[in-house]
Amino acid sequence: MEEQKYTAADFKSDQYVRWCPGCGDHAILAVLHKAMAEIGVPPYMTAVISGIGCSSRLPYYMNTYGFHTIHGRGGAVATGFKVANPAMTVWQVAGDGDGLAIGGNHFIHEVRRNVDLNLLLLNNKIYGLTKGQYSPTSDRGFVSKSSPYGTTEDPFIPAELVFGARGTFFARSIDVELKVSQEVMVAAARHKGTSVVELLQNCVIFNNGIHNFITDKENRADRTIHLVHGEKMLFGKNMEKGIVQDGFGLKAVELGKDGYTIDDVLVHDAHCKTNFLHQQLAMMDGHNLPLAIGVIRDVESLSYEAEVDKQAKEVQEHKGFKCLRDMILAGQTWQVK
Amino acid sequence: MVVRFSGDSGDGMQLAGNIFSNVSAGVGNQISTFPDYPAEVRAPQGTLSGVSGFQVHIGKGVYTPGDKADVLVSMNPAALKTNAKFLKPGGVAIVDIDSFKKADLTKALYQTDDPYKEIGLDAQVVEVPMTSMVKAALADTSLDLKSIMKCKNMFALGLICWLFDRPIDSAKNLLKNKFSKKPAIFEANAKVMQAGFDYGNNIQASVSTYRIESESIRPGYYTDVNGNTATAWGLIMASEKSGRPLFLGSYPITPATDILHELAKRKDLGVKACQMEDEISGVCSAIGAAFAGDLAVTSTSGPGLALKSEGIGLAVMAELPLVIIDVQRGGPSTGLPTKTEQTDLMQALYGRNGESPIVVLAAASPTDCFDMAFEAARIAIEHMTPVILLTDAFIANGSSAWRIPENDEYPEIHPHFVRPEMKNTNWRPYYRDDESKVRYWAIPGTEGFMHRLGGLEKDSVTSAISTDPVNHEKMVLARKAKVDNVAKDIPLLQVQGDLDADTLLIGWGGTYGHLLTAVNKLNAEGKKVALAQFRYISPLPVNTASVLKRFKNVIVAELNTGQFADYLQAKNPGVIIRRINKIQGQPFLVKEITDGVIKIMEEK
Repeated sequence: MEEQKYTAADFKSDQYVRWCPGCGDHAILAVLHKAMAEIGVPPYMTAVISGIGCSSRLPYYMNTYGFHTIHGRGGAVATGFKVANPAMTVWQVAGDGDGLAIGGNHFIHEVRRNVDLNLLLLNNKIYGLTKGQYSPTSDRGFVSKSSPYGTTEDPFIPAELVFGARGTFFARSIDVELKVSQEVMVAAARHKGTSVVELLQNCVIFNNGIHNFITDKENRADRTIHLVHGEKMLFGKNMEKGIVQDGFGLKAVELGKDGYTIDDVLVHDAHCKTNFLHQQLAMMDGHNLPLAIGVIRDVESLSYEAEVDKQAKEVQEHKGFKCLRDMILAGQTWQVK
Repeated sequence: MVVRFSGDSGDGMQLAGNIFSNVSAGVGNQISTFPDYPAEVRAPQGTLSGVSGFQVHIGKGVYTPGDKADVLVSMNPAALKTNAKFLKPGGVAIVDIDSFKKADLTKALYQTDDPYKEIGLDAQVVEVPMTSMVKAALADTSLDLKSIMKCKNMFALGLICWLFDRPIDSAKNLLKNKFSKKPAIFEANAKVMQAGFDYGNNIQASVSTYRIESESIRPGYYTDVNGNTATAWGLIMASEKSGRPLFLGSYPITPATDILHELAKRKDLGVKACQMEDEISGVCSAIGAAFAGDLAVTSTSGPGLALKSEGIGLAVMAELPLVIIDVQRGGPSTGLPTKTEQTDLMQALYGRNGESPIVVLAAASPTDCFDMAFEAARIAIEHMTPVILLTDAFIANGSSAWRIPENDEYPEIHPHFVRPEMKNTNWRPYYRDDESKVRYWAIPGTEGFMHRLGGLEKDSVTSAISTDPVNHEKMVLARKAKVDNVAKDIPLLQVQGDLDADTLLIGWGGTYGHLLTAVNKLNAEGKKVALAQFRYISPLPVNTASVLKRFKNVIVAELNTGQFADYLQAKNPGVIIRRINKIQGQPFLVKEITDGVIKIMEEK
């Protein structure tokens, strides 16, 4: 392995981290510092851009270029930034409210355009900074300060939005899964285009234990599956279970039971162009099928800022002008002597 | 001499008017144009709501498209009905008599069989069978009837070219460019144009041709430019002079969209123009580009400016250079999308939360849009502040002849960059120049200058987040001082007209042509009136108060209920400010201003 040029400390700012003790954001921040060191892009070539919310404070804790913008607009700011300076590696940090409610429009459009950004979507299914209202990812019936009798609406499932907007990269991890989190962040950075990483994160104050069904140590091995491209989809404490195709759907089976063998288990293909199976994998929620973590979809496509740049260069080469005056003089003019 | 073309919005009146203007400019006339079109793309044919007009003023000393037309072309009874009021008494009305059948009159809601009498038309009417002449001219072509009928505007144009003694070959050349990819369509149109010209030649009897004086103007190369194009070009010039690449984040909105169109074309000069998903992402992508180090611009009209407010506040707080172009239209809400007004002034000055002073400029004419767009960019980059440039539908769509400047006629723009040695002095992003209060711009990608900006208040020393009460006040005052200091970097207010005047007429932005014409007229009648047109609104030129004090009467004329008058009054409580206002979605008529000024002068 090549020696790393940078360490996690190179990406840490001198600012005191103000998240609540026990907040899942601390773990995610620490992993991001490590992931950036592994990626190897220098801090001065890295920018972290966010909107508003607990997670959006993250840029202040980075020793990179950073911009803490306004609620929901991190994606739009990051898009303009990346188009203006495609050489920079750009990270966007958003929460479920910032990214999917007030910033929902920018979210689907940046994914559709496939701007080369790494978008960390920290999903705690609650508004923390405003002290406990339901979010667009809260389940139907969820009781919060703004839904004292339970919500009467269905949530977004972030992966579905990404696939609906023809996303080219989707990965998922959990704040407590440090290794997987680092793995998906590095993969996100290496993918050209909008890389959406959903991070299930615990809000210790207003929504403590919201992901417990998944993260609970007792059951985590049975309720999650770590997908790796090219590898069999196995899970369980002893990797004794697998995912098999079942008609148009997926099914979890135990190897050696009901005649299923290792040969029936699907091999993960994150690079498959069509997203039909990726969607099914991303929609598994830990109940009948384990929740998928790891890189679920990672396909190559044209990225927006590179195409904007390329087109400008092509046009300039074929019919470009040296300066404004030359361009105007090439049009309709007349001379007064 | 003023000509007004009117017809259905599908009749091509804008094209005919444009070609006529350009041909006139090409023979050395000054020109000023005013397209007056409906918001609907194609309203039902022949109805009153679908009428589109194009007025052009040509000759010497031309500063406005003219109050009223000497010649009105009306392609149908609806156009005549809605445009007759723009014709001078006793002027010439040219109508396509083939379109004045019973059914046409009914569609335009005439009650009688005599349309001229019914609308009280006081004109020499020239009835031309345009439709049948066009059909006859194209009888031997293979074009279908619909395509043939689309050539009618060129018959009218040919006739007008004859009437004003314009070189028809120049008109054909312009047309050839327009249809360069459709030679058959060009041939048909050129043929019809010639037929219109020849028709005029043959029927000379009824009207005499006009000869228009030309003015001796500054030598150089000229082109015809409208305000939106001039705005786009001014920004490109600023990009060349500052060395900062030009980025536009925008969303289509009438009447500002042409700026997006022009800059999208200018990939040939390396411009990056992005059509974003909404107005908010328009401004926010521009803020991102500004952070990245570009000359960043967003263009819009009033409703879009409302949506951008929060974003502009972020640029105030992050102290990034940002140019916001607001092509004002009639409001509030969707209002009158295609009509002109000056009603966004208060929104531009104050339409944000918190104490958020910014620079506000206003362009005075179509060609001044170039200079003021350049100024907006220069001030934004050199003073690290958002700048709103107010133009309006009238100057954005109106055009004038413009001398193409030499490259050295505009100054270099000096971005307020961090200096390399600052790296070793524990530099922070909110460190300011002591005198100007301008912070330093560090471009991402530069080693040693990593920093974090954001909408939260920052400590004046450490640049970290701060809620300290005294620090907040200090930062608010620093941001205000920075914008106030721009006053030292802009020209003084100029006063034009009678030097012994005791009455000062004040305008701002796009009303300049009308106000200047009005003052010239009043001076010619011996009335002692001077003119001051503001192009720098916030901050005001430093001599504003002293200029105002010199006059007995101070009158502000503007296309709103008195927004600039209120603003000036608040800053000059000792001066009695009188007002002339109009809020009809239309520019002033010169007569409205002269009448208003005389009335106020006679009161005293």
